[in-house]
Amino acid sequence: MERILIRGGRVIDPSQGLDDNIDILIEDGKIAAYNPTARGDERVIDARGKIVSPGLIDMHVHLREPGHEDDETIATGTRAAVAGGFTSIACCPNTDPPIDTPATVEFVRQKAARDGHCNVYVIACVSKDRKGEELAEIGQLVAVGAVAFSDDGAPVYDPELMRRAFEYCLMFDKPVCNHCEIPELTRNGVMHEGLVSLILGLPGIPAAAESVMVARDIALAEATGGRLHVMHVSTLGSVEAIRRAKARGVRVTAEVTPHHFTLTDESLRAFDSNFKMNPPLRSEEHVKACLEGLRDGTIDVIATDHAPHAKEKKMQELDRAPFGVVGLETALPLVIMRLIKPGILSWSEALAKLTINPARILGIPKGTLQIGADADVTVIDPDVRWMVEPEQLHSKSKNTPFAGWALEGRATVVIVGGVIKYQLGEQA
Amino acid sequence: MDEFQSQLLELRAGWSRRDLLGLEELSAEEIVCILDTAEVFRRAFDQGIKKWSLLTGKTCVNLFFENSTRTRNSFSLAARRLGADVVDFSAATSSLSKGETVVDTARNLEAMGIDAVVVRHSTPGTPHLLAKSLRCSVINAGDGAHEHPTQGLLDILTIRRRLGRVEGLTVALVGDIAHSRTARSNIWGLKKLGAHVIVCGPSTLVSRDWEKLGVEYSYSLDEILPRVDVLNLLRIQFERQTRRPFPSVREYALLYAMNAERLARTKPGILIIAPGPINRGVEVTADVADGEHSAILDQVTNGVAVRMAVLWLLTSAPDQKRSPVKACL
Repeated sequence: MERILIRGGRVIDPSQGLDDNIDILIEDGKIAAYNPTARGDERVIDARGKIVSPGLIDMHVHLREPGHEDDETIATGTRAAVAGGFTSIACCPNTDPPIDTPATVEFVRQKAARDGHCNVYVIACVSKDRKGEELAEIGQLVAVGAVAFSDDGAPVYDPELMRRAFEYCLMFDKPVCNHCEIPELTRNGVMHEGLVSLILGLPGIPAAAESVMVARDIALAEATGGRLHVMHVSTLGSVEAIRRAKARGVRVTAEVTPHHFTLTDESLRAFDSNFKMNPPLRSEEHVKACLEGLRDGTIDVIATDHAPHAKEKKMQELDRAPFGVVGLETALPLVIMRLIKPGILSWSEALAKLTINPARILGIPKGTLQIGADADVTVIDPDVRWMVEPEQLHSKSKNTPFAGWALEGRATVVIVGGVIKYQLGEQA
Repeated sequence: MDEFQSQLLELRAGWSRRDLLGLEELSAEEIVCILDTAEVFRRAFDQGIKKWSLLTGKTCVNLFFENSTRTRNSFSLAARRLGADVVDFSAATSSLSKGETVVDTARNLEAMGIDAVVVRHSTPGTPHLLAKSLRCSVINAGDGAHEHPTQGLLDILTIRRRLGRVEGLTVALVGDIAHSRTARSNIWGLKKLGAHVIVCGPSTLVSRDWEKLGVEYSYSLDEILPRVDVLNLLRIQFERQTRRPFPSVREYALLYAMNAERLARTKPGILIIAPGPINRGVEVTADVADGEHSAILDQVTNGVAVRMAVLWLLTSAPDQKRSPVKACL
């Protein structure tokens, strides 16, 4: 395995409060030394003018395999991940069959290892067959490497089941990640319920459909001592509830997606299904609340909810088109443009939400550049400008709401376990 | 005939759109242009001139994915009166039942040499989806609860013909505002022409957000009755509701049905219109629907004139531009 020297970059590692211009040596797949004396046989990566970060972690990705390989495969999804700067991802279990047995967990892990682009961690089902009726065999799933539990794509609806999930996961110290939505309030809904849905005549999804379940889950987590992770937060009410819960010491964490802090429901005026996602794009007040939640630490994580759908599925009437957008390859520039450059988050704060925070929630040994850690590193050019051309994305599906956008910032070199897996402009 | 034709050509000179997707995107001038054009067709009709050769050689397709009687026949008749050929598409017997998408169906029809697609669909935005995919004109004949622009235009034409103006009038839209595409098209059109609009109905069907569109909202028909010049009685769209938003039809009729007793408390010259089909006894009682203040059947006649105007302007005007909708996929 080659020795790699990342030279001249601004190294920002929130896990150890590091923000300094130092050189980093990678040896045998690990972070070996800071400011080493060069031996001369290293492969040198010139990081002058660039940010050197622990490899980014996306804890909310849909790889679609098994079952929906027309949308994405583990190979294409992980390829998209490294192209977006992510060295580790956690994939959701709403596949077909769902990831609710040790065999399906093993399948995903082995396939990901064979494809060899980035680290893939598995979030397994809370309930058997994702039906929301009985707990999945959580202990066995943990034994084969499941890092968290979720029925994402749908909420854990039954409050009794949710309570038992919190209690049962205490044994393994694993979080229950919930897609918070009261289905009776979202029936037929296509977009956020508000002025724009009223004008467009599209059935709405009220903000309360999310925040009511967030409040329920917080109450259950508080009562049981369980660990709640709220997936893709999108409403003011959710952010406020999580903020209050954290202040009380409830074990709750939360994530927000780049599309939710970047776009509003106004986007739907084009009647373009690439703006149809669940939870839906909200109005300005909700976006502001999410930004404030990111700023004050209520929101711990930025995750993409990368949800690929093949073109023929999206190019339908709005009510028939599936929810979801791809996000792995546009997340980092949106963080830079919407959060860092306007001063909402510092580089260190933003990178914490993309590295060490998701690593801690998932309990994985990632998200750090400490000496001896796995050499997962993302080199970022914060100023490079590029245009989002869907056909150029590595994801198998191209359903991005940012087509044609001029973005700033991008991962230029991505190293996973000491191996360069992506270099901007080159086929790694 | 020559006089009418020269008026039509003069009106068409100011037209530049290829599609009619909604009244929200039209300017007041464009709305007036359509109304004035329709007025010419209507006056000609009143003089016995029914048949024109303005669109000879053109083909229009009625692409209706939802049931319709008057709108579909009105568009068919309008196209035929202009001399165009008409293809009627029925969703039930089409390749859609074999899994073909709406866009592919429309593209195939277009490949047969179509000049205009008149589309009705239960999903808002479907005409916009087609406009992004087709080169021919796309006319929205009702997309879910979003817009029904020709209905809005014929309502406004009826008001203008009966009361001589639109500006300064108070027009109340009563009923299922939440699910009404007619309400939305009426609001855009009436507001742009200077009318004051009130939306009125049960609070579960009239949210406060309507105020943000510059209209007044009210839950009480009885309170607004003395102030209105026009009542547009909208049907309860049971088919678009997931759960009935009021306790019973009986209770709805009690609160909102326009009847003789309520009519007695209106302004003397009140005009009553309804987009139809009407549910007698629910939105309006039979005596009012058929009474002297009602222009419900006149609306149907005006509807043909409006659709003739729209078809002619969209498919024959030189220098047309595509509506500014974002490219899809």
